[in-house]
Amino acid sequence: MPIFSLTEIAKEQVEAVQDYSLLAGRSLTNIFGHPRYFADTLLQADSIGVGSLPIVILTGFFTGAVLALQTSSTLQQFGSLSLTGKLVSLSMVRELGPVLTGLMVAGRNSSGMASELGSMKVTEQIDAMRSMGVDPSKKLVTPRVVASMIMLFFLSIISNLVGLTGGFVISYLLLGLDPNQYWTTAYQALRFGDVFMGLCKPVLFGFIISSIGCYYGLSAKGGTQGVGRATTQAVVAASVLILVSDFFVTRLLMGIFQY
Amino acid sequence: MSSLAPPAEQRQPTATSKADAAIRFEKVEIGFDHPVLGGISFQLPHGETKILMGEAGTGKTLVLKLALGLLKPDAGRITVLGEEITQMREEDLFALRRKIGMVFQESALFDSLTVEENVAYRLMEETGRLTDEIHARVLEALRFVELEHTVDLFPSELSGGMRRRVAIARAIITRPEVILYDSPTGGLDPVTSDTIIELIVKQRDVYGTSSLLVTSRLQDAFTMASHCFDQKQNKMVPVADGGVRDLHTRFLMLRDGQIIFEGTAADMLRSNDPYIREYLS
Ligand SMILES: Nc1ncnc2c1ncn2[C@@H]1O[C@H](COP(=O)(O)OP(=O)(O)OP(=O)(O)O)[C@@H](O)[C@H]1O
Ligand SMILES: [Mg+2]
Repeated sequence: MPIFSLTEIAKEQVEAVQDYSLLAGRSLTNIFGHPRYFADTLLQADSIGVGSLPIVILTGFFTGAVLALQTSSTLQQFGSLSLTGKLVSLSMVRELGPVLTGLMVAGRNSSGMASELGSMKVTEQIDAMRSMGVDPSKKLVTPRVVASMIMLFFLSIISNLVGLTGGFVISYLLLGLDPNQYWTTAYQALRFGDVFMGLCKPVLFGFIISSIGCYYGLSAKGGTQGVGRATTQAVVAASVLILVSDFFVTRLLMGIFQY
Repeated sequence: MSSLAPPAEQRQPTATSKADAAIRFEKVEIGFDHPVLGGISFQLPHGETKILMGEAGTGKTLVLKLALGLLKPDAGRITVLGEEITQMREEDLFALRRKIGMVFQESALFDSLTVEENVAYRLMEETGRLTDEIHARVLEALRFVELEHTVDLFPSELSGGMRRRVAIARAIITRPEVILYDSPTGGLDPVTSDTIIELIVKQRDVYGTSSLLVTSRLQDAFTMASHCFDQKQNKMVPVADGGVRDLHTRFLMLRDGQIIFEGTAADMLRSNDPYIREYLS
């Protein structure tokens, strides 16, 4: 008997993708159905939004600061140090704000969702819920997905602002730039397309984080070890998907806004 | 037997379709890496209690999960309260499941909710909030299992037997037409087991619920078949008239994926099947 067969593995992978797509789709269509769990959504929004605030602020600030630091040496060579604000603002808003926020929240909340739902799965609590006529995709998944999408949107904005502040602190204190100039170039650099891109991405990342976390949790099997495995896989899958989808969304939006 | 003394009118369950059985299995098969159930057929008439027995791992839990539609059979038909569930989509099953109560083998209480929230789960589902009326009904259900004082505790703070009783309270709170009990006395001491069996007998005789009960304790099965609940004394009493009164309790024995026995306690005691004789001894 072969230890593993390629067709079996391929079949499992296809099934996993199919199950994930179904769950992800249902989590969105549930928004338009009944019942809606507002209390659960609020609770999740609190845990994802408020709970992630400290790490998002910290990463945002230092990313902005290091951006200013790194670009300043290059810019100085061309004598255009005054463009620091523009560079920080474009990189933060278009890329780093959304992506870093996504990755941080993925590490924090995809794992949390996978382990919470996974524990419920292996202790039959999911079955108990279904047996009482409650749809876990409505009760557990949709509130998490909605809360993540909304919260990531706001967290990214906060991350962008804090990042710009980080860049400003470096420019002002270390590089001796004029504060007014920094903020003006930072502000003027942004076009509609940049802001649109910067606000689209976090919503998509929020969807990825929560749907992946819930999917791995709900498909956990094999006791505590299975829950641990589901948790790790959820973080890895969510992080990779964020980076991959970031590339494609960037390409798509660049096409639309003609960069 | 049943013609002699049909018990009081109170036993008439609020059935959707009285003619049809509450649960009907027709040639149901399921297997995982190995076949587990090999085409079993039986029916649970309204108001009857079927006690499912068999060795560990014969698929008793699977029968209950199949009846709830938590799993899909590989072949065969399952009809519950007049609806065929084998072809139903998961979304449509939720409405049907609300009419059925299930007590899981490991209780399966929500460990991050208090006892009150656990028991109120189905009711809060309808209103979204814990109202005074729900609180009163929770207390009533907990009083039924004699655990009123635990409302604010978490499941982890209860003993195994208490958890089992909370699970029973959670299953009965909406007065379901059908209740599925999975080994409600498994691994418990005789005193606690008797308390739980008394509760189940009370549910059977006071509300006339149809139920499917899995147990591996023979003693529980025979207690259920020989006792009825006396509401005046508020306790379970032996039926004095020696099997004249029909307690609507039948036994079902599973072995190697087949039903090898179906009938009353008396039939079982009279059986000549060597396996059943050994099981009884
Ligand atoms: N989800 C599952 N995946 C794989 N095999 C399963 C699954 N559920 C049950 N089985 C198998 O089906 C068989 C019957 O399991 P079931 O839980 O119904 O036994 P049981 O009769 O309830 O036993 P016990 O009295 O110990 O509770 C077992 O051999 C078990 O290995
Ligand atoms: Mg079992």
